[in-house]
Amino acid sequence: MIRFVKGFGQFWYDFVLGDDWKIAAAVVIALGVTLALLLSDALSTTAATVFGGAALVVAFVASMVIDVRRSS
Amino acid sequence: MSGATWGLVGAAFLASVVEFVEALTIVLAMGMTRGWRSTLAGVAAAVVALIGFTAVAGYALSSWLPESALQIVVGTLLLIFGLQWLRKAILRSSGLKSLHDEEEEYRAQTEAARQAGATGTRLDSFAFVVAFKGVFLEGVEVVFIVITFGLSADNMPAAVAGASIGGALVLIAGVALHRPLTTVPENTLKYGVGLLLASFGTFWAVEGLGVFMDDHESLEWPGSDLAIVALLVVWFVLSRVLVSVLPNLKRPAVDLQPQEESVR
Repeated sequence: MIRFVKGFGQFWYDFVLGDDWKIAAAVVIALGVTLALLLSDALSTTAATVFGGAALVVAFVASMVIDVRRSS
Repeated sequence: MSGATWGLVGAAFLASVVEFVEALTIVLAMGMTRGWRSTLAGVAAAVVALIGFTAVAGYALSSWLPESALQIVVGTLLLIFGLQWLRKAILRSSGLKSLHDEEEEYRAQTEAARQAGATGTRLDSFAFVVAFKGVFLEGVEVVFIVITFGLSADNMPAAVAGASIGGALVLIAGVALHRPLTTVPENTLKYGVGLLLASFGTFWAVEGLGVFMDDHESLEWPGSDLAIVALLVVWFVLSRVLVSVLPNLKRPAVDLQPQEESVR
């Protein structure tokens, strides 16, 4: 039973996080920051979409740079 | 059929081809080295599990969740898949990672299968589990891609048709050739599909943030669906910039030889 649970967990870890957990972290952070600004009324809903897209781009670039710098 | 529908069919087709080529490589490696009975049993079990997963996930997504919740769940998953593919494509295009080679993957899988040893039972559990996992994992990705493309274009049959044609063609080619499909330009396909997934994923995940608002309504991008095209351009331009810039960020390797010698 424990083996099954571990295997099940490993499957979903591989499925969602894949080879690089930093990508998933970048997506969650970018969406989280956008949501926080949206809920605090710092952004209108339309501005939040543009900000969210930009935040995802910035977070992806950051994860790529960290990836390359660490692997060197 | 409109241009948008052809685009939808094409996107689902390409994504499906990429995923099924990977699954086929694993299945062939297990079948050739461990025997076809247990391998095909693993494939059949994965197909049954996939049908069940699709039925349950499809029913749950369409019945229980508001549209914005569906968008944030599927959009976020799609975004993560797409950016993982884009990351690999960028690293490969910039020479920081070797190109994915189905022949190499096939060799690695067959070597692992040989080293696993006999299981001593009628059903070879190693071949069964590896084939099941390979087909189910790649299949679930296809299911999410089809759901997203189908729902965003409001044409699920076209998305299912595109993915089915892709899967059938890979299956026919695999049965006919009996070896990994090395001639499929997988890296280029992954780059293109990665861009599509990243664009659709960004659009959906951000729209889905509306589920946390009081009215639970999806957020609206400026320009509505045209924003997907703008996002596609942004991700493409960004990927080209990263391909040219990232190699310069890699620190030069430090030559440890003299230090190692002095220690000795």
